[in-house]
Amino acid sequence: MPAGAGLTLDHAALDRLMPMHALVSPTGHIRRTGPTLAKLRPGEGLQGARFLEVFELRRPRNIARIAELAALGPTALSLRLRDRPEMPLKGLSVALDTGEGLFVNLSFGIAAVEAVGAFDLNGSDFPPTDLTTGMLYLVEAKEAVMRESRNLNMRLQGAKIAAEEAAFTDTLTGLKNRRAMDMILARYAACRESFSLMHIDLDFFKQVNDTHGHAAGDHVLQVAARILKDETRDDDTACRFGGDEFVLIFHRMTDRGRLAKVAARILARLERPIPFEGHDCRISGSIGIAVSDDYAAPKPEQMLIDADMALYASKKAGRARASFVGEPGGGRPAVAAG
Amino acid sequence: MHGLINRSIQCFLRDTYGAAAWTAVAAQAGLGAEGFEALLSYEDRLTDAVLDAAAEHLDKPRDMLLEDLGTYLVSHPNVRAVRRLLRFGGESFIDFLHSLDELHDRSRLAVPDLAMPELELRDHSATAFTLLVRHPYPGFGHVSVGVLRAMADDYGVLAFLEFQGRKDAVETITIECVEIDFTEGRDFALAAGAA
Repeated sequence: MPAGAGLTLDHAALDRLMPMHALVSPTGHIRRTGPTLAKLRPGEGLQGARFLEVFELRRPRNIARIAELAALGPTALSLRLRDRPEMPLKGLSVALDTGEGLFVNLSFGIAAVEAVGAFDLNGSDFPPTDLTTGMLYLVEAKEAVMRESRNLNMRLQGAKIAAEEAAFTDTLTGLKNRRAMDMILARYAACRESFSLMHIDLDFFKQVNDTHGHAAGDHVLQVAARILKDETRDDDTACRFGGDEFVLIFHRMTDRGRLAKVAARILARLERPIPFEGHDCRISGSIGIAVSDDYAAPKPEQMLIDADMALYASKKAGRARASFVGEPGGGRPAVAAG
Repeated sequence: MHGLINRSIQCFLRDTYGAAAWTAVAAQAGLGAEGFEALLSYEDRLTDAVLDAAAEHLDKPRDMLLEDLGTYLVSHPNVRAVRRLLRFGGESFIDFLHSLDELHDRSRLAVPDLAMPELELRDHSATAFTLLVRHPYPGFGHVSVGVLRAMADDYGVLAFLEFQGRKDAVETITIECVEIDFTEGRDFALAAGAA
């Protein structure tokens, strides 16, 4: 630097103070760079290359010659390496004394996270005043904390699903409970999904309980639940309505022929003797069926009441049978559709 | 005590002595087998209960257990994040020692409610130091001895460390670096995902 500049630094000091600086001649050639900036082109370095051929100037734009940049005075720069356009750099340029060219100091800014890997940089490549290593430390620390946070959230999510599952499950039979049934029916009604309700009441269950005890009763309920689960599809829902009453919800299945067949199979299986501790427990069942297609505006509560009446009709008719709502003897006549 | 610290103790016991040992310790301490969550805080007495149970179950003095915990934090592959974060402290072991003064504030920058001990390094010569470890909960000095021993190894430095005792919430460690280039040490690159 010429005398009278007020300050003289040798290159070694400059390299340590600003290891990413470049001295650019008035012709636009890089005369010298700090050691870290040289690492952007491993092996050969940047010396001798044209500054604007190595770096694409994004801000200020439309600079064709270094002299134009020097004329702007101290200027903030946004640049990209032409070799690696994904690597943005920030910088500041100041003009040197007349005719001496330009002094540029560069930084990776927040792109340092990628840059340290891309150019194999280490702590000694940055001066102690540079916050790059501090920022990298923080990025890694935050990443580690976020990982823990994600793990915690996933465990909580798992626990929430398990709790919800438990809240909607009948503990004895593993079927859905009444709360779950109400929610599913409300959803179907709201979405105008067609469905059928099968209300099932076990017959002679009280006798099993009285004769063989509650353990036998519980066992019978579990066997009955297994049968109901077997006879429904994945899309259907089997609920324990309470005591020895069950409700099956058949999603988008309103064909009376098919429903009658399912009901007949269930009744046949319920009537098979259920062995328990050396005794045969014998039960039967009665079924009432409501089909959403029979209602102009299906309301779950009304359909449940109607299915219950159809069930009562089945019982009166001699048990082990199924009746549809609206059938002769099958409860309240359904409101004609449409 | 912060969950991160409790969780470190849990992972140390599990990774070093096996899942069964951890389950036994957790049960004795009145803790579920799933143990601590890293991002929640717990009462100090739970940490106490776990450390006491571990010391009894493994028939090992608590101080030694804490020192092993420190070594584990730096050297076990399951917690390599800790070693990396510590290596950000400096290019050489001596730089690293000096960076310990900042550790308390650095960790607060990442996890504001994590109360790490306040560390203060005093140098007596270019190779002899005293580290003061200040924390209301006793034991961080022993953990620090394990951490420093493993970090010296990591930098390839032969160092002698000695725990001098606790007084007024401050635990004192003496550090003597005998040979700076004792071994090659382990590599460290700033780039994440590297060594």
